[in-house]
Amino acid sequence: MSIKVSDLLKHNFTLIAGEGGLNKDVDDVYICDLLSWVMAKAKQKSAWITIQSHVNIVAVALMADLSCIIIAEGVEAEKETIDHANEEGLPVLNYAGSSYEAAIELYHLLTT
Amino acid sequence: MERLAASYRLDYDVRARDYVSGGEVSSALRAILKQLSLPPDLVRRCCVACYEAEMNIIIHSFGGHMSIEIFPDRLEMIAQDSGPGIEDLQKAMQEGYSTASEEAREMGFGAGMGLPNIKANTDYFDIQTGKEGTTLTMKVLFLKKEGE
Repeated sequence: MSIKVSDLLKHNFTLIAGEGGLNKDVDDVYICDLLSWVMAKAKQKSAWITIQSHVNIVAVALMADLSCIIIAEGVEAEKETIDHANEEGLPVLNYAGSSYEAAIELYHLLTT
Repeated sequence: MERLAASYRLDYDVRARDYVSGGEVSSALRAILKQLSLPPDLVRRCCVACYEAEMNIIIHSFGGHMSIEIFPDRLEMIAQDSGPGIEDLQKAMQEGYSTASEEAREMGFGAGMGLPNIKANTDYFDIQTGKEGTTLTMKVLFLKKEGE
């Protein structure tokens, strides 16, 4: 089942930037902190879970056509990241728990 | 599909270690490709190859330049830097091999996937390297011409 990024906001994900992209579809999930690995392996329209928070993650998500970035472990995004994501309409969400816990929540959302 | 009346050309200087500007060239390319209504997977291939080439200049070189031309049927990109060159090209083409600095690795670069990613996403890829610099020549063909 396909969900929208906005559906994540009903759960433990908090939007911190990129409101303009809330209508993007989320079809899959990919977890990785190595940027080139993400561009090689993440499927298009994936929600990307990472603990990287610097501005380059926005470009990586855009180039790989991902739906949103979820920064796990409560890591705070840098100001440049937030500004760039707002400009590009790419949703960035914060998640207090681990990448694994975020993935479990997404799994339930995508399969029920 | 919007027709491309003429070719587009992008020329950008890329500065060494300027991580904050990383993605500027590929974002400009993406904006044009999206206007052309190309299939999303094709846009992604072009953008990933461009981004990897751009970041390679930032991470590894003394600085360089990217020239991009978009024709109705293909994308051509040249990424050229002014050194120091790739010491072991054969290893650099292997997945997982990286010479990236600690600074770059902490940011999640240096996975050793840059050149393999470029090769995988392009239809033509050539690399020439020496102490005076490295030049990548890349082409992506727009094979599917929808709506024609």
